[in-house]
Amino acid sequence: MKTTITVNGQARSLDLDTRTSLLDALREHLNLKGSKKGCDHGQCGACTVLVNGVRINSCLSLAVMHDGDEVTTIEGIGGEENLHPMQQAFLVQDAFQCGYCTPGQICSAVGMLKEAAQNWPSQASEDLTGAIALTDAEIRERMSGNICRCSAYPQIIAAIRDVAGDVA
Amino acid sequence: MRPFTYERPTDVAAAVKAVAATPGAKFLAGGTNLLDLMKLDIEQPTHLVDVNRLPLSGIEDTPEGGLRIGAMVTNSHLAADARVRQRYSVLTQAIVSGGSGQLRNKATTGGNLLQRTRCAYFYDPSKPCNKRHPGSGCSAIDGLNRNSAIFGASDACIATHPSDMAVALTALGAQLETMTADGATRTLAVADLHRLPGDTPEIETNLASGELITAVVLSPAPAGGQVYRKARDRAAYAGGLASVAVVGQQVAFGAVAHKPWRAERTEGALKSGAGAVEAAHAELAGAQDNGKNGFKIALVARMTADALRQASEGRGA
Repeated sequence: MKTTITVNGQARSLDLDTRTSLLDALREHLNLKGSKKGCDHGQCGACTVLVNGVRINSCLSLAVMHDGDEVTTIEGIGGEENLHPMQQAFLVQDAFQCGYCTPGQICSAVGMLKEAAQNWPSQASEDLTGAIALTDAEIRERMSGNICRCSAYPQIIAAIRDVAGDVA
Repeated sequence: MRPFTYERPTDVAAAVKAVAATPGAKFLAGGTNLLDLMKLDIEQPTHLVDVNRLPLSGIEDTPEGGLRIGAMVTNSHLAADARVRQRYSVLTQAIVSGGSGQLRNKATTGGNLLQRTRCAYFYDPSKPCNKRHPGSGCSAIDGLNRNSAIFGASDACIATHPSDMAVALTALGAQLETMTADGATRTLAVADLHRLPGDTPEIETNLASGELITAVVLSPAPAGGQVYRKARDRAAYAGGLASVAVVGQQVAFGAVAHKPWRAERTEGALKSGAGAVEAAHAELAGAQDNGKNGFKIALVARMTADALRQASEGRGA
């Protein structure tokens, strides 16, 4: 089935089996191997990408559902010559060991900060009607869809804190 | 995953017609549950009708002072809506307690209601399951049934409905709007959407073949506090062992039955002037212990009493 997806700013036309997940389209058809296949069931978050600016599990979405959408993968977040502040913060805080979950962690963190900036609530929000302060408890809860097998969680929180700034 | 054909209509009537016209067809909304089950070969649709781009993503005020929530509103947008947070905080509390941020960004209002049980035997095609293969037997009844139902189960099935959102909607007395295959519309209560398993646990809802949920309608919330409490095995991103939604003196339980469970005996006891603990026990007196899930009875009783106390103190009002 013919599908056109704008990936990292570039329109890409593909002819896909309807079963192809967005993740497999990115990795196997567009050779963007940054997004990782961990569980392939939406439980680990390694496949997280931004679709129209919103973070989702690319393993649990069909590529054909995204005809006309804009997808940003870790390759579009930044590269060696132009690191995104979140990538820089992960390096500075040593927020990974094996690195397998890292692209998903970074895409998720970028999407999460946008959600928090729009004052979206989370399970950790004490007051649902006021302005939400992005405490460490909030960051932990909001990043709970990203698993790190190396358990670099304290450093991941520190990296996201570096980008988010101090709690107001 | 088995092969399937795919289409993406742009109006509701065409979508309903497409599913009704094609044997083995299913609606595809966020896909976070359906695609997962297709990968496991538990769901086997031959045709998918993608409803993501139907014009059902708005949240409107109703003339009665309530809200009409389009079926394609994502869980994230619904939980974040200022009107929902102000007037229906139990709904926001319930939604943000389920899934992860990524899942809530895809999951929809209609799809959340129609998600399927997380019973481990339903997910394991090597084991008998009357939902997957009617007549094959229930592996959970004498198996690892810690997560199973304590209300309304049958000899054929003791699975639970996993939604948090649906529990809040049940406590709120929400209504659904649907379109049937012939293009007609109807309304039914969220409480009447899901069925108890009986002898046909494979039939989970009272929707007709090809019937599409188009909206959820909330009346003005009753006076009083609103509280959603959920117990689970880890602090984040886990299904509930049990949950309780309290809206004023309206009470529903989650993860304890094949459907969100309206606690009518608890509500009746409250009306008769019973205290929180006594009212909680009024419903739990009818609960059934299947061997490994008996802990839910004491758990729900305590959570209910506590949620009632918090609501009476004005939390979430």
